[in-house]
Amino acid sequence: MTGTATAPAATAVPLTGPSSGQRHRRRVRSYWRFYLALSPFYVLFAVFGLYPMLSTIVLAFQRWDGLGARRFTGLENFRFLIEDPTFWLALTNTVVLFLMSTVPTLVIALVLAVMLQSAVRFTSVYRIGYFIPNVTSLVAMAIFFGSVFSTNFGLVNAMLRSLGIPEQDWLGQPWGIKIAISTMIVWQWVGYNTLIYLAGLQAIPRDQYEAAKVDGAGTVRTFFSITLPQLRPVILFTVVISTIGGLQTFTEPQVMVGNSGGTGQSGMTVVLFFYRAAFLDNDYGYAAAIALSIFALVLLFTAINWRIFRGRGEDR
Amino acid sequence: MTRYRLRGVALHVALVGALLVFMFPFAWTIIMASNSTADIYRFPPKFSFGSQFDDNVRHVLANVAFFQSMLNTAVVAVSTTLLVLFFDSLAAFTFAKFRFPGRNALFVVLLATMLLPAQLAAVPQFQTMALLGWVGSLKALIVPGAANAFGIFWMRQYFQNSIHDELVEAATLDGCGFLRTYWHVALPSARPALAFLGIFTFVASWNDYMWPLIVLTNPDHLTLQVALSTLNRSHGVDYSMVMTGALMAMVPLVIVFGIFARQFIKGSTEGAIRG
Repeated sequence: MTGTATAPAATAVPLTGPSSGQRHRRRVRSYWRFYLALSPFYVLFAVFGLYPMLSTIVLAFQRWDGLGARRFTGLENFRFLIEDPTFWLALTNTVVLFLMSTVPTLVIALVLAVMLQSAVRFTSVYRIGYFIPNVTSLVAMAIFFGSVFSTNFGLVNAMLRSLGIPEQDWLGQPWGIKIAISTMIVWQWVGYNTLIYLAGLQAIPRDQYEAAKVDGAGTVRTFFSITLPQLRPVILFTVVISTIGGLQTFTEPQVMVGNSGGTGQSGMTVVLFFYRAAFLDNDYGYAAAIALSIFALVLLFTAINWRIFRGRGEDR
Repeated sequence: MTRYRLRGVALHVALVGALLVFMFPFAWTIIMASNSTADIYRFPPKFSFGSQFDDNVRHVLANVAFFQSMLNTAVVAVSTTLLVLFFDSLAAFTFAKFRFPGRNALFVVLLATMLLPAQLAAVPQFQTMALLGWVGSLKALIVPGAANAFGIFWMRQYFQNSIHDELVEAATLDGCGFLRTYWHVALPSARPALAFLGIFTFVASWNDYMWPLIVLTNPDHLTLQVALSTLNRSHGVDYSMVMTGALMAMVPLVIVFGIFARQFIKGSTEGAIRG
């Protein structure tokens, strides 16, 4: 059976033996050990997770610069947010960047995975080489891709110039910024997704392919009638991972075009927008409202993904 | 037969092509780091290694506290990894092999926390750090990340599948207490899972950027990523130096990844297809 690990298996753990009275009492007395063993996570979460999150909710209805008194302002922050064109721009940028990077990433990854599956030799070299971009420092690579798309000496412009095409001010114009950022995301994530797809491909039973061969199906038809449908849960997993990552895009634009988001604020994502409001403008109440809206966004996308998973479960 | 072989050759040509694309940024970074900035600005671009690497390294060291930053990053990454390995595996073992009141509710809470984006806590967390006097200190990076939901979830799956209940029971009957069962039975059998969680945590911690950027306020006391970003912002025109810094910041991680690559890749991919 194939499925994904994003939803936990809701199975009861088979537990040790029958409980005679004595052992039962012993177990009751030893409960405290279990709670103690679990406590580090829950204590840390309470202090550095739950408490700040509840404060964020309160803060979203206040005005505060971090120094003076907090002032309760009702829904003012949210009203400003809805009327703030930068917020909508950041939202659009985030979604556009997500699409510009995720679609090519997943398509290229699928093609590479199918090719890698039919390769017999050097497979571990390919696997390790393809994966390395995923563990490389985002800051270092954002600097690198910034240089590749640089106007004065970038490789991309050097290539255009030698082909006789006019050079572009990539990082100085809105679409150039988006192309530079999504190129970097594609480079970083193709290998990871390739290996996920490869694992998924290898889990498809051989006999299905044999049956298709007997029926006279060609390579292309086999791909669309067997490989793709069998791979669907894995593809959805990669979409979920890409969605979560895509909504959090921050380092790439922040390093490449700076805190302003670059020309036309084309690199302004929702998380960069949040970072600016909170830690550059010290507009904490407003930042809290932005954080809540990012959370709502995550919930919305998770709900959409969840629905797709459920839909898949029913037609199985 | 020849047609079959031809297809095989074409396949590897395509796969090697992709490999070159993935490796190209590293090669180009090395080329830029070994040439002078004047060479980089030339057209057509210089595609060979230069001899300026030593000079560039000296410039990096003169402009940022590189070794201090690397030491800070190593301290944060190593201590976070050790704490996560211990706390997560202990909690996971408890969830996987014992029954106690509230277990399911606690686990649901744990899963729910994975949905919460970091921004939701960031502002008040900064205030908490200010209250504790941890702003600018590495503690602000290590302590909040010392245990996490993902690792507990991951290790629990592993313990459920790899350790038989009979084994735990036998250890208990032999008079092994809870902690000793964890140490002598659970941990040794969980090595592959621990290896993955360890390298995953190390890489994530080494590359972490946003929270260190917020909370490390002393310019002489940064992590590598923040130092690198500072170098880029203040000396952006001196590209060969900035690329040298980028290269120096990447090397330790690539080495660590090289050592554990197999386990890391196996762990990263099997989560996706396991039912």
